[in-house]
Amino acid sequence: MKLLETVERYILGQMSPDERVRFEQLRKSNAEIDQAVVEHTYFLQQMNRFDETRQLKNTLNETHIHLAEKGLIQSPKLKGKAKVVYLYNRYKKVSMIAASIAGITALTISALVWSFNPAKTANQEDVVQLKRDLDNFGKKVIQIQKENRVLTQKIDDAKEENPAPIRYKSGGTGFLIDTKGFIVTNAHVVMDARHIAVQNTTGVDLSAEVVYSDLQRDLAILKITDKSFKSPSSIPYAIRRSGGELAEAIFTLGYPRNDIVYGDGYISSRTGYNGDTLACQIAIPANRGNSGSPILNRNGEVIGIISNKENTVEGAVFAIHSKFIFEALSDLQKDSSYRNLKISTTSSLKGNERMQQVKKIADFVFMVKVD
Amino acid sequence: MKAAFDENLLLQGLAKNDKKAIEVIYKDHYNMIQALVLQNSGTTEDAKDIFQEGILVLYEKVIAGNFELNCQIKTFVYAVCRRLWLKRLMQQNRFTISDGFEEMISVDTESEEHEKKNTEFMIMEKALSGLGEPCKSLLEAFYMQKRSMSDIALGFGYTNAENAKNQKYKCLMRLKKLFFSQYKTELP
Repeated sequence: MKLLETVERYILGQMSPDERVRFEQLRKSNAEIDQAVVEHTYFLQQMNRFDETRQLKNTLNETHIHLAEKGLIQSPKLKGKAKVVYLYNRYKKVSMIAASIAGITALTISALVWSFNPAKTANQEDVVQLKRDLDNFGKKVIQIQKENRVLTQKIDDAKEENPAPIRYKSGGTGFLIDTKGFIVTNAHVVMDARHIAVQNTTGVDLSAEVVYSDLQRDLAILKITDKSFKSPSSIPYAIRRSGGELAEAIFTLGYPRNDIVYGDGYISSRTGYNGDTLACQIAIPANRGNSGSPILNRNGEVIGIISNKENTVEGAVFAIHSKFIFEALSDLQKDSSYRNLKISTTSSLKGNERMQQVKKIADFVFMVKVD
Repeated sequence: MKAAFDENLLLQGLAKNDKKAIEVIYKDHYNMIQALVLQNSGTTEDAKDIFQEGILVLYEKVIAGNFELNCQIKTFVYAVCRRLWLKRLMQQNRFTISDGFEEMISVDTESEEHEKKNTEFMIMEKALSGLGEPCKSLLEAFYMQKRSMSDIALGFGYTNAENAKNQKYKCLMRLKKLFFSQYKTELP
């Protein structure tokens, strides 16, 4: 280590002239040190080049998105259909065979699972859904709000009496999947809701309504109905059709409390609670309120949605596979008014530092508040 | 003559990672490459990949310093991208390109060199991610963002610059080990 330090000081020119002369002599007489200098010079070069290349790749990616948005290069979406038709023709036979094999395999496996699966009704209770209980843990906040309200009422005395504000009792997290204001969250978060509001990092409440809910998959889609909602020009992350790999690094953003919280971890099992194949197990810190949080991989692709965690086991959190978002969406699109919903499948966050990724994503993750 | 002069300016901009220059190069040449790839059984996603790799080759060429533009950027980028795409098609065992375009300029050495650099990039990426935190960030802060040791010590929460420096050398040794062990197996 001492040697490495000396060599580096030599290369970076941080030696005093005397020391430099002495070191150069040593270098001439000792082949090992000479080799160390050559090797380290090369290595520093490699690191520099790596950094430059990475920066250029970033710039290129940003430029691509920027130009595509402005329409200065031909937008990829225009060509989408031709490609699908092409691939369809090309792989028609293969896909038919594959589909039939897949079908048979699926049937066999489900038959096997059916016969071996232990009864699961009894211990269903040790899974808790990660709904945020605002009443319990925001008591102080509510108290302050009450005081505030008294004050405002005094001020407003002269004016007409306002309708009582809605008090949201529970909630979770949701994230935008379409620029027109469609948000994905868990079905259990918005179950039996009378009023729903979503709020992002700016802190403004926007009213929303449920347009789709599937309790079995625990997925719901909300639409922001508030007039003050401004459509963003694009969504930075993508939704991935295929699931994540075992041990893949992941991160999440959610609202377990009144501010956005970041967490990271990894995929720990490909199946969910009691072998549930709709879900996978992840190791990530999650609390009440994290329900509906997106799970992203390092490329900024959503691979799942946090749904619940096991009570008896510490750190076992379950997530719904992102592919069910696509299924939910195609169900929803049977209604013609939602036909033009579109999910982004290319992420613009590839290659970015995590901090930048999170900064860009944070505006698209919402706190879902339910009354 | 003026065009050649402008193109040289663009290349200098590219070498400095200048956004404006890159945008101009991108805007002027992307559609051409996309058309090439799409006509030859590729997707827009492929086109983006191939084009960006082509620009990377151009960039490597320029910063190596021995590049004299004896043809237009357009010709060079087209030749390189065509070559890259051809190669990828062959790897996937698909049919060959037909665009009636005989190779106007040879880019054999470029693509070989680029491949080596590409492998080196991937090895470094793998080595860095295998290093784990905080080593990775520590090294990136010092060697790539060129932050000072005292600044780093503060940012990472070391009590003094000396401790941070020791830790940095430990990390560096591990990174070198990871890098060279991979390097030897992948680039004999």
